[in-house]
Amino acid sequence: MNLELSEEMIMLQDMLSKFLNKQYSFEQRQTLSRNGIGYSEDNWQQFADMGLLGVPFDEQYGGFGFGQMGLVVVMEAIGKGLIVEPYLASVVLAGQLIQQAGSEAQKHAILEPLIAGEFKLSFAYVERQSRYNLADVACQAEKQGAQFCINGNKSVVFNSETADKIIVSVRTSGETISQSGISLLLVDKDAAGLSTRHYETVDGLRASELSFNNVMVAEDALVGALGNAYEAIQTVIDSATAAVCAEGIGVIAQLREKTVEYLKTRKQFGQALSDFQVLQHRCVDMFMHEEQMRSLAYLAAIKVSDGEAVESRQSVSAAKVYLGDARTIVAEQAAQLHGGIGVTDELDVVHYVKRLTMLNSLFGDRDFHMQRFCEA
Amino acid sequence: MDLNYTPEEQAFQLEVRAFLQASYPADIQEKVAKGIALKKADYVTWQRILNDKGWLVPGWPKEHGGTGWTPVQKYIFEEECATANCLRLVPFGLVMLASVLLKFGTEQQRQQYFPDMLQSNVWWAQGYSEPNAGSDLASLQMRADNKGEHYLVNGTKTWTTHGHYADMIFVLVRTSQEDRKQKGISFLLIDMKANGVSVEPIITVDGMHAVNQVFFDDVKVPVENLVGEEGEGWSIAKYLLQHERTNIAQVPRSKKQIQRLKALASNEQCNGKPLLEDSSFRRKIAEIEVELMALEMTNLRVLSKLSAGEPPGVASSLLKVKGTEVQQAITALLMEAVAYYGFPYKKDVMLDGWQDEPIGPEEAVFLAPHYFDWRKTSIYGGSNEIQKNIMAKAVLGL
Repeated sequence: MNLELSEEMIMLQDMLSKFLNKQYSFEQRQTLSRNGIGYSEDNWQQFADMGLLGVPFDEQYGGFGFGQMGLVVVMEAIGKGLIVEPYLASVVLAGQLIQQAGSEAQKHAILEPLIAGEFKLSFAYVERQSRYNLADVACQAEKQGAQFCINGNKSVVFNSETADKIIVSVRTSGETISQSGISLLLVDKDAAGLSTRHYETVDGLRASELSFNNVMVAEDALVGALGNAYEAIQTVIDSATAAVCAEGIGVIAQLREKTVEYLKTRKQFGQALSDFQVLQHRCVDMFMHEEQMRSLAYLAAIKVSDGEAVESRQSVSAAKVYLGDARTIVAEQAAQLHGGIGVTDELDVVHYVKRLTMLNSLFGDRDFHMQRFCEA
Repeated sequence: MDLNYTPEEQAFQLEVRAFLQASYPADIQEKVAKGIALKKADYVTWQRILNDKGWLVPGWPKEHGGTGWTPVQKYIFEEECATANCLRLVPFGLVMLASVLLKFGTEQQRQQYFPDMLQSNVWWAQGYSEPNAGSDLASLQMRADNKGEHYLVNGTKTWTTHGHYADMIFVLVRTSQEDRKQKGISFLLIDMKANGVSVEPIITVDGMHAVNQVFFDDVKVPVENLVGEEGEGWSIAKYLLQHERTNIAQVPRSKKQIQRLKALASNEQCNGKPLLEDSSFRRKIAEIEVELMALEMTNLRVLSKLSAGEPPGVASSLLKVKGTEVQQAITALLMEAVAYYGFPYKKDVMLDGWQDEPIGPEEAVFLAPHYFDWRKTSIYGGSNEIQKNIMAKAVLGL
């Protein structure tokens, strides 16, 4: 047994922290988040140059083959810097879906430019009624000759505005809530009949509502076998869930550090706030949560890499439950201990709080994963 | 013990209900129900309607325009207002300053300020906190130097709610340096249009502008704007903390929010069924309902004591802590209820409501910002940590 990061991973970590220190101050992040496309294409190209976009992909498609552990390292840094570039949407979700379900030809055609930073993807899987159930797919695709015709809606699709193509989960057969009969189709962002509403998210990212009105795509837009995409979707969402738990570590660590620092600096009643035992204990709770979160995120990464279904599901859900708990133990306390400035827009802590809170609503909240843990 | 309202109280309840139904403007009702930002005009409109009815200031003595209601009647009124989605009146002038002027002010001050307050001609803000005086309010540094005819005021106040609307502000200032920081503090009324007063907006976590920092640079304030004696400011501040806080638990409002949460959860789908039927979600609502049930009864017990003429004492600290915990827990569940639809952020909609097709449930876009914004309730008005300190000292003798 060895629970240390490998040398390669430590190098990756160092590279990322250099990038964050040099080029990703909170002010820079806010400027990116609030203007134009919501992130920097220059940064994206740098990510490509640093090899970040190839981290989870096999070497035969131009990737590094670092797998889930590589994603842990990258995502923790993304959490640390509150990075707004579409890594989760394009690499972790959509890219991995291609690697998981795509044909050899698709993998070569898509992953190579994706890794080079020349091509971006996004994944549309949420619907009005679906909540966190990946099998609750009403958006339909009907085979018409050599084409599919898509009708329906997708919600809260992250970074589809700047994606070249969008992978859409569609129902090609079966009942609305059925694991069989779900397929994946690649749709051009400019496809006729596709209408979009883009918006900012509460945590400073970008997402969209998509509406498909007789959108036609060719047969070869199908990713994976017809009607058989559920397993692949589940696998990739699990990987992404484990990845955002790693992002959570980065966010939690920042909140803990910044809160401790603030308590040492802020004086009331003639002493530093850090002298009050009740406040010390809250910080210790944050610290313990951070360590436990790190343990569960690492465990989930290991289990996801091993690929054993039950253990993987269970450990991913355990980590996500813990991430949900971070809302009360870490996010709410960080805001509370900062007092009034803890609810102002100008303070960086507030934006870490927002991200940590919203992570609970991504890929299933605490209740959803507690239930899934019980059923695993 | 009898939990039921008397026939007279029941009649009063119906009277309030009928009045609200007939007189509360539908457009304001809609804004409150949906969570759309309120404008100054909304407050003024409703305050003037209430004043015409004679119900604007239930807490005031009858001779000054109060209603003469019992504590139970006041509670009934509050309950009916919450049920009807009435906006929460801004308490700074109508409740806080008014009770200070009643207790510590001169007859001339009451004559000068009450009419404009009642007619909503003058908007009051509160100037307590400073950047370095938050929980430790008594360490405030804003100075007012007595120059004979006037005070010369220098310093800054922060978290000033609606400071950008305000015509007047009441402030705690330091008029002398004494051995104890609680001494030498005075209570002063300042014209916001006076030379040297400037207001800087503070944008809060929800992206909205309600609070401000106010700067005072060589502002001349007439000496007659002092309330009470010089150096009496801290006693006045403490008086305010213990009185006029029976609404602090916000029980009626939380009951209304629970209803709203249940309505939302019965419309949202989870695995093809209403979310409200999901046992873990339902259980989380129940956890809050139990706490709220206890809080309502505690609040009524306090009211009952008040009716019998006993002072509220430290009950307001308990009501504040538990009340804000319940309110915050509800905001979290409202946000959880809409799952992914908590993500979209639409400031234009928060200001003016949906002009086009909503994204997800119509109210969803308000819920995450509201959750974040409501974190303030355990921070303001004496943080919940401070309230616990008060209870530890005053009740438990620790």
